[in-house]
Amino acid sequence: MNELPNALALKRADSIERLWLLGLVTPAMVLIVVTMVLPVGWLFYLSLLSDTGAYTTEHYVRMWEQPSYMRTFRATFEVSIMTTAICLVIGYPLAYFLSELPKRAANLCMIAVLLPLWTSLLVRTYAWLVLLQRKGLINNWAIELGLWNEPIALVHNMLGTLIGTVHVMLPFLILPLYSSMRAIDRNYLRAAANLGASPLKTFWSVFFPLALPGMATGALIVFILCLGFYVTPAVLGGGKVIMVSSRIANDIEIFFNWGAASALGVVLLAMTAVLIWIFTRLLKISNPMNQVVKA
Amino acid sequence: MKNASLPISIEKITKKYGSTYALDHVDLEIRSGEFLTLLGPSGSGKTTLLTVLAGFTRPDGGSVRFGEAEMVCVPPHQRDVGMVFQNYALFPHMTVAENVAYPLKIRGVKGLQAQERVERSLEMVRLGGYGKRGIDQLSGGQKQRVALARAMVFEPRIMLMDEPLSALDKQLREHMQIELRQLHEKLGMTTVYVTHDQREALTMSDRIAVINFGKIMQLDTPRAIYERPLNKFVAEFIGESTFVPVQFEKGIARFSNFAFKTLLNDSRHGSALLMLRPERLKVLGEQEHLNAEFNEFSAQLVHVVYQGDSSLLEVKLPNEAVVQVRMTSIELQNHQNLLPGALLRIAVSIQDTVVLSAEGGTS
Amino acid sequence: MTWLSQPATDTQITHRSRLWLYAVAIVVMIFLVIPTLLVVPMSFSASQYLEFPPRKWSFRWYEAYFNSAAWMQATATSLKAGLLTALVATPFATMAAYGLHTSRFKHVNWIWMLLLTPMVVPVILIGIGVFYAYVKLKLVNTLLGLVLAHCMLAIPVVMLVVGSALKSYDMDQERVARSLGASPVYAFWSVTLPQIKFSVVSGAVLAFLTSFDEIIVALFVSGGDNSTLTRNMFNALRDQVDPTIAAISTLIVLITSVLLILTQYIGQPKSD
Repeated sequence: MNELPNALALKRADSIERLWLLGLVTPAMVLIVVTMVLPVGWLFYLSLLSDTGAYTTEHYVRMWEQPSYMRTFRATFEVSIMTTAICLVIGYPLAYFLSELPKRAANLCMIAVLLPLWTSLLVRTYAWLVLLQRKGLINNWAIELGLWNEPIALVHNMLGTLIGTVHVMLPFLILPLYSSMRAIDRNYLRAAANLGASPLKTFWSVFFPLALPGMATGALIVFILCLGFYVTPAVLGGGKVIMVSSRIANDIEIFFNWGAASALGVVLLAMTAVLIWIFTRLLKISNPMNQVVKA
Repeated sequence: MKNASLPISIEKITKKYGSTYALDHVDLEIRSGEFLTLLGPSGSGKTTLLTVLAGFTRPDGGSVRFGEAEMVCVPPHQRDVGMVFQNYALFPHMTVAENVAYPLKIRGVKGLQAQERVERSLEMVRLGGYGKRGIDQLSGGQKQRVALARAMVFEPRIMLMDEPLSALDKQLREHMQIELRQLHEKLGMTTVYVTHDQREALTMSDRIAVINFGKIMQLDTPRAIYERPLNKFVAEFIGESTFVPVQFEKGIARFSNFAFKTLLNDSRHGSALLMLRPERLKVLGEQEHLNAEFNEFSAQLVHVVYQGDSSLLEVKLPNEAVVQVRMTSIELQNHQNLLPGALLRIAVSIQDTVVLSAEGGTS
Repeated sequence: MTWLSQPATDTQITHRSRLWLYAVAIVVMIFLVIPTLLVVPMSFSASQYLEFPPRKWSFRWYEAYFNSAAWMQATATSLKAGLLTALVATPFATMAAYGLHTSRFKHVNWIWMLLLTPMVVPVILIGIGVFYAYVKLKLVNTLLGLVLAHCMLAIPVVMLVVGSALKSYDMDQERVARSLGASPVYAFWSVTLPQIKFSVVSGAVLAFLTSFDEIIVALFVSGGDNSTLTRNMFNALRDQVDPTIAAISTLIVLITSVLLILTQYIGQPKSD
């Protein structure tokens, strides 16, 4: 190739252009590497140090041995799985309903989904606290209406945590699911009906599989967010529902145990990474985030 | 007045993607003021060559000169060529006048002078007074003309066009072909035009470069390309054609028991392909004879396909090869006995007897 | 009520047989919206205790908010951080999205993934990691440290929005501009940017909100004079239910709704 006239000059011009374009990416890359990759990497390192600064695996071993850690992981998984399941059950019909509406009506109703999403997490958590307290709105109304006589503990327990978490996570399920459903060509459904399938059969054999990518993406996003969720479970769980993130925060704020906190964080990150890897393998979706952005 | 056009000199331009050549050591000399069409199927490299001329594709090597100046390393915005794209690419956030004024603004021409030149350019494409309109108020044909006006307003000496008419419907396309040709004759700039439509190429060009697999298959005037294709690819790509395998020796092409005289008198011999264009074949009447300028053969009629303005006859040679003959409506009326199985005598002029080498290469 | 017997779909399912679906959908929508909106009337309650509907209306909690030096300082900090984040993250992310979109580099996807990782890594981990780094760099409780961390969180969000807009943008426009004599920078500025500006503005709004609403990193990294609004609210929540929070929440809901409406409807000249 080099016997061609101008080959070298052309290569040089090409390299210069590439550098320019990469240069555009550099500020963002530097910022993210410096503020996230390096610190998190440092945490990896810390997780392998004991208080005396010696290299050790004690933090990881302790996770395996101490039952309190198992309880923490169990609580975290319980919340995550139940939240994902509940979101699927109540979110699927809503997404389906929205996908059948004409575009303008759907966009209008979508505000109901987007408003909580954009509203501050704290505001939403506070609202649930107010609703679910012993002297909160739900208890007050229920007693007034005669539904029950004594205030029920609706918060500072698993129930309150689940209610709040589901409320926060629901939009994350609905958006990709809706997007997937919207994209289904209605001709498939007509074809199935024409071939003799009942509405129920059409749904299960045609619609459900075609909406599956969006549903799976939404479920994955919800599950991963739940694993690392801090604010809402901390406030609504009232110290009774200890998830991994609360544990990490406590390890730092109360015990100053960087080793333990880092190790736990690393494990959390590893779980997240494994889940994403399995998911992308199974469904061959290269960027689940695209589904959310599309909506 | 400055020179209205520049010649283009392309030497050894090569572009490889992986192991495929998009452009394979292409050499091409385009004359000053010429309207040259790059014609080929999709994937042939014609658009790649155009983008190399524009500066959007950087070749692996080679030389591109506009006049005396070496351009191959020069970035697109410094090449001073006008370019028209297939999808018009008009700026939707600007009015028609602002679109056309855009290149002038970059070159520092503003105010009244710019306005005048914009209006003049719009008038040349017969859109005078359309300046204030928004882009979304225009039809497809109008958009293409605005794109043209914009590409011409700064008086480039070279114009590049990438299938500009393929998004228009047939009637409008044919009308625009004539308009483009007229504009070219009026302004005189060197124009390189890319298309896959052979009819368009034949209509508009001074010369046609037929391209495939990144190589120029033939560079010639439209007439020469149509009547004297150099190889099977060009012969097939332009116009209709049927091929008959023949044995060629001493200027005579033999098949079945027919011996066709050709205009070739070189020393090559061996297997070859005889190319016959359906519209150049004439079915002879019972008593009709033609002079020695014609080659004659007989074949059996298989069937007649009526196609409105003309009809296509399929005839079978003694060696089972099928040839197509095109007959005008008038000729169809004058011929009786066109029934399947009838034996027909068919003539073709020696001028139209074209022999090509058996593989795809040039003979 | 003949509407009930009209078919709702091509497959002739009537509305009546789908009433359960409509009921569920409406209930879920109410579930989504009501809690957020409930804070509004509560913020006007005169009483110290939570009541709904409030027996007496009053602005006292708003007065408490606006008169409190601590709350005002926190609000100012949050606003400053939000604006600075939007100002820095938006150009960084737009440049990055544009650079990756136009680059023919083979491994563009890897760089995309790297730049999106702040969205995937659990925030608590980022929080303690950044805290640790800032302790060493003496950036704890500084506005600069907070803004840097928030930019890191906002960049992926803006990149997704702008990246999506670029994907549906016709790059031929830029090529034409360059063929007409525009340098690459001028072509971007005069042709591309005006056409993606709605997405860029959306991205900026999201960057602002990402910073303004951010809790966890702020919890660790902002404090003292530079404590954010969210940090103070979170701490207040853990201690007692102070109705001042209802007032603040109402204001936040108001701002968020306005921004949401602006970007959803005004931002799109044609509905997609």
